[in-house]
Amino acid sequence: MATATVNSECDSFIHRIGRMTLAFIEGLGGLALFFLDLLLWLTTRLPRRAVVLPCMYQIGVESLSVVMVTGAFIGMVMAVQSYDQFRYMHLETNLGAVINIALVKELGPVLAATMLAGRVGCAMAAELGTMKITEQIDALRVLGANPIHYLVVPRFLACVLLIPVLTVMADAAGVLGGWFISTQVCGIDSLHYWNHTQAYIGWYELASGVAKSMFFGAAIAVVACQRGFNCSAGAEGVGRAATEAFVYAFVAILVVDLFLGIVFNAIYPFLGLSTASLVMSAPHQAPGFVALWT
Amino acid sequence: MNAEPLIEFRNVGRRFGQQQVLRDVTFQIAPGESVAIIGESGCGKSVTLKLMIALLAPSTGDVLLNGRSHFERSERELTRERLRFGYVFQQAALFDSMSVEDNVAFGLRQNTNLPRDEIAAIVQDRLHEVGLPPSVCRKKPAELSGGMKKRVGLARALALSPDIVLYDEPTTGLDPIMSDVINELIVQARERRTITSIVVTHDMVTVGRTVGRVIMLYPLPRLVDDEPQIIFDGTPDEAFSAADPRVYQFVHGQAGERLQEMAMR
Repeated sequence: MATATVNSECDSFIHRIGRMTLAFIEGLGGLALFFLDLLLWLTTRLPRRAVVLPCMYQIGVESLSVVMVTGAFIGMVMAVQSYDQFRYMHLETNLGAVINIALVKELGPVLAATMLAGRVGCAMAAELGTMKITEQIDALRVLGANPIHYLVVPRFLACVLLIPVLTVMADAAGVLGGWFISTQVCGIDSLHYWNHTQAYIGWYELASGVAKSMFFGAAIAVVACQRGFNCSAGAEGVGRAATEAFVYAFVAILVVDLFLGIVFNAIYPFLGLSTASLVMSAPHQAPGFVALWT
Repeated sequence: MNAEPLIEFRNVGRRFGQQQVLRDVTFQIAPGESVAIIGESGCGKSVTLKLMIALLAPSTGDVLLNGRSHFERSERELTRERLRFGYVFQQAALFDSMSVEDNVAFGLRQNTNLPRDEIAAIVQDRLHEVGLPPSVCRKKPAELSGGMKKRVGLARALALSPDIVLYDEPTTGLDPIMSDVINELIVQARERRTITSIVVTHDMVTVGRTVGRVIMLYPLPRLVDDEPQIIFDGTPDEAFSAADPRVYQFVHGQAGERLQEMAMR
């Protein structure tokens, strides 16, 4: 019988590509199984309030200031960077629409999620990783608690439920920051600034940004907790788990953002809302990108 | 052994990636026995404990509890069976974010519907049993010394009144006096209850004081092909006077040919 053997010491370019591909598929599979386990526990039994509330405090309350400061500065930077371009075209009163739609639809949710991935995702991965290597996760199992149920479900719930609040706060801070620079520094008339903003931003824009943020929160929690649970031994292992948690969560946020952007744009015409704000350059037309995908 | 074994290892092997740690390990432990598993670092002692309590699954062979394989049990059943065990971890594995009281009460809160004051009373009782004052209740594990952490770990392991207590290197890293305290607590825990104790240790003082039977595992890379990994199974007295130089050298702390091996490198 013919047998095929693989020399594990081969290190050609093709072998390396093969190993990386296998590691990627294995990693993705591990993440999917971890998520399924989490969903199973989420639908079976919710954790106690005493376990969830500290997570909510850590993830929501303690992240609020940093998210708002980031949001405010992004709004201000956008105003500073865009003002000259719009002034040359005598469209400076449209600045409000540009800044605020970008903030509400994209920058607010993505930046709040990025800050959360950096501040909370890394901390979760490091905490769970430390628990793993000091056998605290084994201790939970010995004492009759399921680690996914006890450690991951509360963090997942806190991320998913509180990131919309953080996003709204980031949006609000960014809108105010943009308004401050545009009107108080650049001298744009406040009434026109808000009028243009109102014309282009509706509930759908706000809701789609907030809805996206919930998916970002889920991605951060799943990736960070999974990295923590798969942490290798030692301080180096914990450090690597924290770094991987941020990097993988950030990539996940961008990938999810792309697909959700496509989905939300695709379902927009079916909601019977005005299409005014979807494509600012041609508010009276059905958006081209939507047509492409529907 | 006349009684039906409480724990049985049948040709158990365990591999981590490319590294084989246990191979073809077979032994039985009867109810009420006190057994020490000894051996060099890396020979698979702690892995053996984790296989007993189904924190790890064997790569080959089978682990049975009361005659029933862990493989035959659902995850829910395994969770229930694990509550029959108390586990004293090597580094205590206390939950950092919780106070001592919450650590000891954790299993009771998680698995019983006892009222709060009854749980508090059990916690005080267990802390008293391991010689800790009530004032430690509010402290966090980071505020405790190594010996106190071990004692809190023991109190937590005993809180659910287990049938079987597993000790993973209970005296490692402690000074001789604290080691003696821990040894005494292991003996007392066994005398106060009808429990089976399994102690993984390098410490031959612990072996001499706390157990009636010794199993010695040998690291696989040092065994010749097909030689059993358990190279000794007998009483502590037999271990101290063993004819096998590998057992004799280990229990008497003699490096033997290891020094020659190091010199040759």
